[in-house]
Amino acid sequence: MTTAEPTLQATGRVARRQQLSRSSRYLLLGATSFGIGVLVVLAWDVLQRGLPALDWEFLNSYPSRFADRAGLRSSILGSAWMVLFTVVLAIPLAVGTAIWMEEFAPRGRLLALVQLNIANLAGVPSIIYGILGLAVFVRFFDMGFTIGAGALTLTLMILPMTVIASSEAIRQVPSSTRDASLALGATRWQTVWHHVLPGALPGIMTGMILAVSRAAGETAALIMIGAASFIAFDNTGLPHDVWGQQFTTVPIQVYNWTQRPQEEFRALAAAAIIVMMVAIVGLNLIAVLIRERFRRYD
Amino acid sequence: MTQPPEGLAAQLRKKPFARPGEKLIVGALGLCAAISVLTTVAIVITLFSETLSFFDEVSLRDFFLKTDWAPQLQGTFGVWELVAGTVNVVIWSMLISLPLGLAAAIYLSEYAHPRTRKALKPLLEALAGVPTIVYAFFALTFVTEDFLRPALGEDRVPYLNSLSASIVLAIMVLPTIASVSEDAMSNVPRALREAAYGLGATRLEVATRVVLPAAISGVLASVLLAVARVVGETMIVAIAAGSNPALTLNPLATIQTMTGYMLQIGLGDAARGTVDYSSIFAVGALLFSMTFILNVGAQLVVRRFREVYE
Repeated sequence: MTTAEPTLQATGRVARRQQLSRSSRYLLLGATSFGIGVLVVLAWDVLQRGLPALDWEFLNSYPSRFADRAGLRSSILGSAWMVLFTVVLAIPLAVGTAIWMEEFAPRGRLLALVQLNIANLAGVPSIIYGILGLAVFVRFFDMGFTIGAGALTLTLMILPMTVIASSEAIRQVPSSTRDASLALGATRWQTVWHHVLPGALPGIMTGMILAVSRAAGETAALIMIGAASFIAFDNTGLPHDVWGQQFTTVPIQVYNWTQRPQEEFRALAAAAIIVMMVAIVGLNLIAVLIRERFRRYD
Repeated sequence: MTQPPEGLAAQLRKKPFARPGEKLIVGALGLCAAISVLTTVAIVITLFSETLSFFDEVSLRDFFLKTDWAPQLQGTFGVWELVAGTVNVVIWSMLISLPLGLAAAIYLSEYAHPRTRKALKPLLEALAGVPTIVYAFFALTFVTEDFLRPALGEDRVPYLNSLSASIVLAIMVLPTIASVSEDAMSNVPRALREAAYGLGATRLEVATRVVLPAAISGVLASVLLAVARVVGETMIVAIAAGSNPALTLNPLATIQTMTGYMLQIGLGDAARGTVDYSSIFAVGALLFSMTFILNVGAQLVVRRFREVYE
């Protein structure tokens, strides 16, 4: 007796549903890649505009009304000092807060309040930090439009995300480490300083570097606290002196040049973006390397 | 067996053992934590006090009921034009990024091979790390000049328009929507999916009719977070959308958002005590309240509507 083999091939409505599901895969993949595609277009556009303008003279000149004479020298110095001060201020503040929250704070209302507060601060727009810095540091403490005011403002701005990252890192340290240390007679602080912190260090550093790269690219907050756009001198000297100097940064120069309609300034803006992105991507790569290098497999 | 001397045992039981000076250290750490609380207090006080002095000069009715914002030209302070500018970019950027973000989340969570997922996720995250000034440059030079104006006609698309800012804003918040939604989707237990597959559903049907509804609280939270980011964003809108307050939701119009206005005054020379200076803080207070409500809303949504599985 010959009977047709039963087939698993669906028919009618079921076949249509399956076909729809199969083709939707490519639509969804396309949507996912759209954002990445835009990033690629952005990178290509910036490189194409900016690479021709990128040379040593560009890096070494001050801003100018004339496009062929304008450069990034003062902004690179300003950015570098700004990042340096911010890191020096933010690391102890953030790590200290995180240690207090994770190791020493009494569990209860106070801790919950502080945690909630940090979570909310993380969502505050950067321009609000800018006007906070303007009202408190520039005006109230009379610091004026200086690197110091900017560094304090940026420190506050990156504080929430660094505290959250550091808390995460500290929490990842296994409690057996702490227990062993305490059992051997160490005090709580000794445990933290000699065992918990070293264990949490890779995570803390990663979080800090990511936050710093955010500060390095920040524009709005620094504009609000008065970063100038035409600085024709170097920010050099002892840190104590630089703290009180006026300044500009690379993102602010990008903003300045983007506002000019002439093509040559657009090219300069693109070149400045390349410089900025090289620094930021470099920082992020260092973060990833640190995280991988110091990852403890315990 | 010898017993420890009476006094010592009692002492050890009483206090946790600590070296002198450690109390100071813990105090210093607490001070660090106090600074974060102080920051919020400072923000609230600063915004509040300057807003009060703003309303010394401008009546509440003018601020909230008038619709014309031209402080430097005419001295009018109807805030709705700025709010409309912000809402304008929010609407158009969400219209673009919500479908794309959801599609990405669905693809990564339901369709993608684990290796593809590992490769695509960091790339998507990279979008979130691009400094906004770079996006702003891109919006003005490429999106407006090389894309929108040639595509839609130079007479219809002004140099400064809300659409190019919205497009770029959509790209900027794409990772927020995709990430948070995808996290919510991966938390949906496999059993639900398997049951649906067992009943003959296709992958698309499982994704859209089982997983997505189950993860809807996470998706809603991601939208609120994305809106909060767009509302607070300054550089993209200041550079690409314009400094011309207008009461319109037209994407091809030149507008000004709340953040754009604050930046404009910040660039100028508003002296302390002038109404222009305090207007920064009044608008800032409104901005702060909006983002605060959105962020708190996102947290509440996750807590309230989270489906509880067993």
